[in-house]
Amino acid sequence: MPPAPLPPLGQRPEILRMEGVNKTFRGNVVALNGMTLGVGQGDFISLLGPSGCGKSTALRLIAGLMQPTTGRIRWTEAQSQGDLGVVFQEPTLMPWATVAQNVWLPFRLRGESYASVRDRVEEVLKLVGLEKFRAAYPRELSGGMKMRVSIARAMVTRPKLILMDEPFAALDEITRFKLNNDLLEMKAAIGCTVIFVTHSVFESVFLSDRIVVMAARPGRVSAELTVDAPYPRHEDFRTSAEYAARCRAASDALHTAMELAA
Amino acid sequence: MSLTNAEHGPAGASAPVDLEESRRHRRQSVEKIARWTLPAFVLLAMLFLWDRIVVWNEIPHYILPSPGNVWESLTTDWPILFDAALLTGRVTLMALALAVIGGAGLAILFNQSRMIEMSFYPYAVILQVTPVVSIAPLIFIYVSSKTVGMLLCAWIVAFFPVLSSTTLGLNSVDHNLRDLFRIYGASRWQRLWMLQLPSALPYFLGGLKIAGGLSLIGAVVAELVAGTGGVGAGLAFRIQEAGYRLNIARMFAALGLVAMMGVMIFAALSLFSHFMLRKWHESALKRET
Ligand SMILES: Nc1ncnc2c1ncn2[C@@H]1O[C@H](COP(=O)(O)OP(=O)(O)OP(=O)(O)O)[C@@H](O)[C@H]1O
Ligand SMILES: [Mg+2]
Repeated sequence: MPPAPLPPLGQRPEILRMEGVNKTFRGNVVALNGMTLGVGQGDFISLLGPSGCGKSTALRLIAGLMQPTTGRIRWTEAQSQGDLGVVFQEPTLMPWATVAQNVWLPFRLRGESYASVRDRVEEVLKLVGLEKFRAAYPRELSGGMKMRVSIARAMVTRPKLILMDEPFAALDEITRFKLNNDLLEMKAAIGCTVIFVTHSVFESVFLSDRIVVMAARPGRVSAELTVDAPYPRHEDFRTSAEYAARCRAASDALHTAMELAA
Repeated sequence: MSLTNAEHGPAGASAPVDLEESRRHRRQSVEKIARWTLPAFVLLAMLFLWDRIVVWNEIPHYILPSPGNVWESLTTDWPILFDAALLTGRVTLMALALAVIGGAGLAILFNQSRMIEMSFYPYAVILQVTPVVSIAPLIFIYVSSKTVGMLLCAWIVAFFPVLSSTTLGLNSVDHNLRDLFRIYGASRWQRLWMLQLPSALPYFLGGLKIAGGLSLIGAVVAELVAGTGGVGAGLAFRIQEAGYRLNIARMFAALGLVAMMGVMIFAALSLFSHFMLRKWHESALKRET
């Protein structure tokens, strides 16, 4: 069943909210200072900012891998904290397990046998175009293919929220463009919300409908941009005048954020 | 360079191979043969030299037997030596099995509880660094069964590499994978079984290879300390006994058997390790270099 069409930006029900979140590490390193961010259902949010501005920290807080020093993260009834998928910068696959077994992992940890979820695994492998490689081991795959497995694993349980921390940073540009397109298709197919960390202005404009620009030392939100070009976005969006204008705007916002820190 | 070579290469269906590539290929096949033939040649040369030295200098066999004498002893004393090898082999393998169970078991226990690890790890180290030759006589005072005593000695020497390498392995889990398991709400048991143990496998197998050799050393040392009586005689005892009788040829024969056993254990464990890891681990990957 295809997901219901998305309401326009600003009319989407909020599924989670970071409220004045601070995170201070030992030695008084302030990674995040008063970050407030509401996440709407179906948003594709990019966190864009220079190195060290706390993007990963924000993601880890949302994933529940650590607790805010002050402030809080509110979850709504529509979204529980347990219902999410994650993709890290490295593919983070279990080298001793096949592609299919790696994708099965989230189900397996819930105690579901492979037989009972085989259809779901097959379906998502088809979605990332790796159904022929289900029995391969990670070392036999290229970097881009490994990343696809990682994405398949994050999506297989059809979570409402997917967190991605610079998932394509280590890939070449051609592979990255291809995966960008595929990611948008997959997001539309399962109808989830995505929070996507990136260094790349171009990537953030192509993918997201909300760009949250962050500044460093201390890490905070410095600006938010919306990209209201309609989905589905295809390769021709990359060459459109609108895309170029959005990229310039995002780039300017990023520079402002970096001057703020300097 | 490869371009000119391609022009001069054989025309037709077969793809032209550049000079560097064909050179590398030739070197590889030469190395493959040399890996076996060179050591065999060295062995033959050594045996020949040994034989000539004995014959030319007319060295009596009770000082240095010729290779022929050793071979003769090996065949005529085969029943005795074979029984001895069986006994030593049995103790070695049992000690190795106990070392694996004890070493890996302790590693898992230590990994599950920091407190237990802090309490007992120093004593595991002390047990390891104290030379087994000096502990063995004490053991045979308090342990009445010779077999149990020998097992204990061999175990003390062999368990530590398994313990330390498995511990290292259990702690070397990719931190992102660890986070992933946490996000998916994995239980402690799931984390151990599905994440830590597979991560530790290559480390464990490395420790196992070392433990194989050490358990043979432990068994031989224990035999030398325990002497015979009750359980029959192993290879180490036969070596000692032949030495007292100036039967040097048999000493060499028994020594050869001990070395052979060590090699066999190592080869078997290497094969086992390769078999366990060949599907996924980088170490088992054949790459052209
Ligand atoms: N576990 C930690 N302990 C101490 N300091 C930390 C820890 N994690 C992050 N920091 C600090 O917090 C700040 C923000 O780090 P974070 O990893 O969130 O940045 P980032 O925006 O993801 O950077 P990058 O783009 O380089 O990944 C940095 O100054 C970093 O040194
Ligand atoms: Mg980061």
